[in-house]
Amino acid sequence: MENERMDPTKGLEFGLYTLGDHLPNPHTGERISAQQRIQEITELAKLAEQAGVDFFSVGESHQAYFTTQAHTVVLAAIAQATNKIKIGSSSTIISTSDPVRVYEDFATIDLISNGRAEIIAGRASRIGLFELLGYDVQDYEALFEEKFDLLLQINQQEVINWQGEFRAPLRNAQVIPRPLHGKLPIWRAVGGTPASAIKAGYAGIPMMLATLGGAASVFKRTIDAYRETAKNHGFDPTQLPVGTTGFFYVADTTQAALQQMYPHINEGMKLTNGQGFPKQLFAQAKDKRSIINVGSTQEVIEKILYQHEVFGHQRYLAQMDFGGMPFDNMAKNIEIIGTEILPAIRKYTAK
Amino acid sequence: MNIVALSGSIAGSKTRTAIEAVSEIITKTYPEEVFTLIDLADYDLMFSDGRNYLEYPGDTGFVTQKLMEADIIIMGTPIFHASIPGALKNIFDLLPVNALQDKVVGILVTAGSAKHYLVVEQQLKPILSYMKASIVPTYVFMEEKDFYRKEIVNDDIFFRLERLIEDTFQTSEAMEIVKKAKEDAYGF
Repeated sequence: MENERMDPTKGLEFGLYTLGDHLPNPHTGERISAQQRIQEITELAKLAEQAGVDFFSVGESHQAYFTTQAHTVVLAAIAQATNKIKIGSSSTIISTSDPVRVYEDFATIDLISNGRAEIIAGRASRIGLFELLGYDVQDYEALFEEKFDLLLQINQQEVINWQGEFRAPLRNAQVIPRPLHGKLPIWRAVGGTPASAIKAGYAGIPMMLATLGGAASVFKRTIDAYRETAKNHGFDPTQLPVGTTGFFYVADTTQAALQQMYPHINEGMKLTNGQGFPKQLFAQAKDKRSIINVGSTQEVIEKILYQHEVFGHQRYLAQMDFGGMPFDNMAKNIEIIGTEILPAIRKYTAK
Repeated sequence: MNIVALSGSIAGSKTRTAIEAVSEIITKTYPEEVFTLIDLADYDLMFSDGRNYLEYPGDTGFVTQKLMEADIIIMGTPIFHASIPGALKNIFDLLPVNALQDKVVGILVTAGSAKHYLVVEQQLKPILSYMKASIVPTYVFMEEKDFYRKEIVNDDIFFRLERLIEDTFQTSEAMEIVKKAKEDAYGF
């Protein structure tokens, strides 16, 4: 896992991520300015670094209620403002961008950050950007597969010869600058189903698995399918990192955590996806087997350890920054992460 | 409460006639509720291409958003070739998977013959269930002989429509009470 700059002997990596949404706080109905939102994201990254968090990432969404459309620019600001935390995208929609430009951007961020940049490439769950950026959503899958494949090739070789359907051919094209250590960690973002995970397995590349709700054991099947497929295609699954992402929030009691977090998720999803999050499903977060890491600090620690036991994964990305969550609440959560959660996770998962 | 009556076809007149009768009953019986009649024949809808319903422009966006905002949908469908019309199936395809969660759906159906009585049971209800609708079990089935020149000529149809609307509202009210009790119990 050296290529991915990961050292499993140090235990499960813990990261924070934001989609870069720009939503009103449902408790007050107020929404901060886009400028303040972007600056607070950088501030969060700095706090995360101080708390010892391993990774921080920012997503790309081109639609109303989002503000990090230019997520690479935001990441460059974070690169400059931090020193040791790994940074990346969550995710970069490679389908509607030129892989050459994406690589140039991330290689540059890698140089600014002294070798801390990573790409998580996804297919977009909100597809308004296809029309905005001049692509046909009918090519949803073909665009992703072709461009993602090109991105991986650029990562392997500086001079490239390539021909495809959705971009002009590359003839002895030199893609520079190169990242500090020659290559970037590139992950494939995967939705919940095994069918999607299998595609990451074909290529033998790291998988970042998104989860919303339900039992952790269901996602184990997806991870198994990924590892099995990778093995059948000649890759060693023990060398392929797996990451999971999901809702995260801690408060003094489980009830307080659910109370504080739920409106942000429910109202935020209504505005960005058109449907709220069922309260019934959210209430099941009280059970240790639920994938939703919302609760008291001790319960969330137990859940993360349980998930690690089930998945054997290498990185967990926590999403608490959604739906207009106030900065102060997140700062407080980051403090708890640093003082209580990270020490516990490392104690039990490091070798 | 937000109520939408949907006439699920762009061809024919019987479903539209029945939905208009529903509209009259609802606006008279529940004048304080928000009511919208949507006849698919009045709109120019795109076929579903898989995008989020919020991203459809024009008429398609209007119709999908109206349906998503509804608490109650009275759904009217004719039977064409032993099934629901493509126009109505397209509505389902335009909406997300759990689109009908927490919504009550009452059904009326018009058909050329009584042979089609079970089409709703076999073809429409499975789709509604999959999309998590709370379905009013009994539906109103109307035939050619109940209509003459775009009017309902069988008084019993009016009685049956009144009962359908009453049942649908009752189901909705009951659901609201249960839901509130449940949410209060969650305490968040």
